[in-house]
Amino acid sequence: MLNANIPAGPLKNKWTSHKSKIKLVNPANKRKYNIIVVGTGLAGASAAASLSELGYKARVFCIQDSPRRAHSIAAQGGINAAKNYPNDGDSIDRLFHDTIKGGDFRSREANVYRLAEISNHIIDQCVAQGVPFAREYSGYLDNRSFGGAQVSRTFYARGQTGQQLLLGAYSALMKEVAAGNIELHSRTEMLDLVVIDGVARGIITRNLVNGEIESHAGDAVVLATGGYSNCFYLSTNAKVCNVTAAWRAHKKGAFFANPCFTQIHPTCIPVHGDYQSKLTLMSESLRNDGRVWVPKNKEDKRAPNAIPENDRYYYLEEKYPSFGNLVPRDLASRNAKYVCDEGRGVGATGQAVYLDFSDAIKRSGRKTIEERYGNLFDMYQRITNVNPYKDPMMIYPALHYTMGGLWVDYNLMSNLPGLFVIGEANFSDHGANRLGASALMQGLADGYFILPYTIGHYLARRAAGQMDTSPKAFRDAEQEAKERTELFLSIKGSRSVDEFHRELGRLCWDKCGMSRNEAGLKQALEEISKIRDEFWKSVKVPGSGDDLNQSLERAGRVADFLEFSQTMVWDALHRKESCGGHFREESQTAEGEALRDDENFCYVAAWEFRGVDKEPVLHKEKLDFEEVELAQRNYK
Amino acid sequence: MSKKIHLTIKVWRQKKGETNGQFETYQLTQIDTDMSFLEMLDVLNEQLTIEGKEPVAFDHDCREGICGMCGAVVNGFAHGQKKATTLCQLHMREFKDHQTIVIEPLRAKGFPVIKDLVVDRTAFDRIIQAGGYISVKTGSAPEANSIPISKKNVDLAMDAASCIGCGACVAACPNASAMLFTAAKVSHLSLLPQGQVETQKRVLTMVQQMDKEQFGNCSNEYECEAACPKNISVENISRMNKLYRQASF
Repeated sequence: MLNANIPAGPLKNKWTSHKSKIKLVNPANKRKYNIIVVGTGLAGASAAASLSELGYKARVFCIQDSPRRAHSIAAQGGINAAKNYPNDGDSIDRLFHDTIKGGDFRSREANVYRLAEISNHIIDQCVAQGVPFAREYSGYLDNRSFGGAQVSRTFYARGQTGQQLLLGAYSALMKEVAAGNIELHSRTEMLDLVVIDGVARGIITRNLVNGEIESHAGDAVVLATGGYSNCFYLSTNAKVCNVTAAWRAHKKGAFFANPCFTQIHPTCIPVHGDYQSKLTLMSESLRNDGRVWVPKNKEDKRAPNAIPENDRYYYLEEKYPSFGNLVPRDLASRNAKYVCDEGRGVGATGQAVYLDFSDAIKRSGRKTIEERYGNLFDMYQRITNVNPYKDPMMIYPALHYTMGGLWVDYNLMSNLPGLFVIGEANFSDHGANRLGASALMQGLADGYFILPYTIGHYLARRAAGQMDTSPKAFRDAEQEAKERTELFLSIKGSRSVDEFHRELGRLCWDKCGMSRNEAGLKQALEEISKIRDEFWKSVKVPGSGDDLNQSLERAGRVADFLEFSQTMVWDALHRKESCGGHFREESQTAEGEALRDDENFCYVAAWEFRGVDKEPVLHKEKLDFEEVELAQRNYK
Repeated sequence: MSKKIHLTIKVWRQKKGETNGQFETYQLTQIDTDMSFLEMLDVLNEQLTIEGKEPVAFDHDCREGICGMCGAVVNGFAHGQKKATTLCQLHMREFKDHQTIVIEPLRAKGFPVIKDLVVDRTAFDRIIQAGGYISVKTGSAPEANSIPISKKNVDLAMDAASCIGCGACVAACPNASAMLFTAAKVSHLSLLPQGQVETQKRVLTMVQQMDKEQFGNCSNEYECEAACPKNISVENISRMNKLYRQASF
């Protein structure tokens, strides 16, 4: 059993009492500690800025040309907080309960409670930084209800909340770079973690412009490197999002927790051709007014507006009368898959359902709908060339977020001392399913308000200034990284990196996507090995290793996805229950709904690496629920 | 409905910043008009890879018009001719069958070429470092609703804060000026009470850094606004100029 180091005492006092007990680093000594932060999304940028403000030195790495590009920027909807400004009965307790229930009872109570507690401070901090959250005419902050929540607790900045929060964290980071406490390395990719005597001591990086492989040592390493949705090739993630940093850390001993918990977002623009490079998310808020349907008759190929009401199947409204089109993400996604698998799907590929606003336009008028969703309708029309005011939108689910990630304890430290993991890269707070507007909250909670405390507790017990890159472990890791680059370039096969990535993505989507079963998962394990073997035989990586080479970068990332994906499948295979984003066909109710198995699976599955193609070792962290009563979700 | 078109692509190829570059011409057949511009470049790159040639390096990331990573000059227009659209959101239906498309990097002295269409825009980071922030430390913020801010000002601040830092404004400007980028940040922060404390210092240091990065001056051509994928208004430049004068004297 893994020990999560959860502080003793009542749930509501844990964080407060922990903060007052953990060790502190003397202010005069802080500048002697050098912390490596990899990734500059909400979690990484906020952590680096806050650590620097405390007096620590930090070296910050990002893969893009500027820290401001990190994929947090694309979050549309908003950020939750328990401020209860609308006076509608929200509280820290309620946010806590909703998050635990939304996560289908597979997250840690203590972490989630802390997250709910901190949520309010995040809003204060962001407003002070100049984040232009939406306001009412009174000048006070506006809130909206999001993702089916019963209270209005979501703060937002038009449809660009992620952008504004990230630019806030980025501005704080830039302020600290200017102050001279942070050394910024952009266009730099982490290729490996260096572990000496079981302790994380540094990283190996590649300068993406000149190809140089470099060692960086530090007193602690913080990974804020995001999720692994791009394992599926097509996802709503930015193209550069990858699993390499987390996977390399895993190969060096860090446990990977719940990799099979992936979130598939129901409202994305469907795939339209083989050339498709990514999928675009349409905000979930559209389901507030849009009605989801497919033709009743499979052979019905009429244009949507020519199909009369009686010939339409509003499957969510019929199956879930009380929640209707607002059922949680996993249910909305899975049911779209079912109707498409039945042959009712629409559009050129048959992999789409309608999201229809004609009733809403009739009821509320075009102007109101335009005010609510104008920018989304424009975006839809720009991409698809279809006017959603006249014709229904077509949508289909897509990979969007990954709840799984590197295992961390209550202090956000992995099982490797000195390696901290924050934001989407860790597994902690969302259990088996994340609620809308909670990703931004968690990234910023980790970065602004948790890590800056807990990292001190670790550092205070260690001598400062571990900056030496001379140990052999650094040389070996550098050598390995160089050889890998040379290997990619030397294969000179016949197939491009993207071809392999697409093949892997299709396989993961089919066998380890919205619906999973034992036979399919076992088949996936074999097929992944085959694709990987073929990759190392016949991939073609043009160019050289000593300049900007985007094919080479992608080759490294895809090679890691080809290893990681098996761990994800192993996890999915072992978890015989259905819960949250993980639906095992063998575990469903008579009505075809997900059936959790609390008796056998109420734990975090943390996997230990044993070698490529070898089944990893399972470590369990038991989940104890003291405050919340376990219950089967019901949205009928 | 989508259709397939044939294109002639003339694209700037430059191995490294210090080497000379030149245009190369490629033919693309069967380009689906539903493709995005970057997907068209993906197809070109797959073709080049299989032919054993080096693909065209180009920056991109989110491919949904918000990260600001992509950008190139297409037939003379930064991000292409379609208004208020980033390159990743430009679709091939905007082009005709058998059209020639000329693709160049976002050129400016302040944006040195790294490779092909990839340029170095870290000057923008340095302009922000010079003052594009509010100096509040984590933990010292007051309760969020303690300062009401008029909806009008927040909306104006939000308009300015929508800047994605892509650099199209610089590439479009005959003087390669970074006024719109700089002014958008100065405006965003000065329109909010939290940001006003540092306004005077901010506008001076940011403009100073902008000049240091070898961006040109503004001569009111408004090309920046026309090229901006986020419709950032030149009114922000007037606002910055006013603040600059107030701070200077």
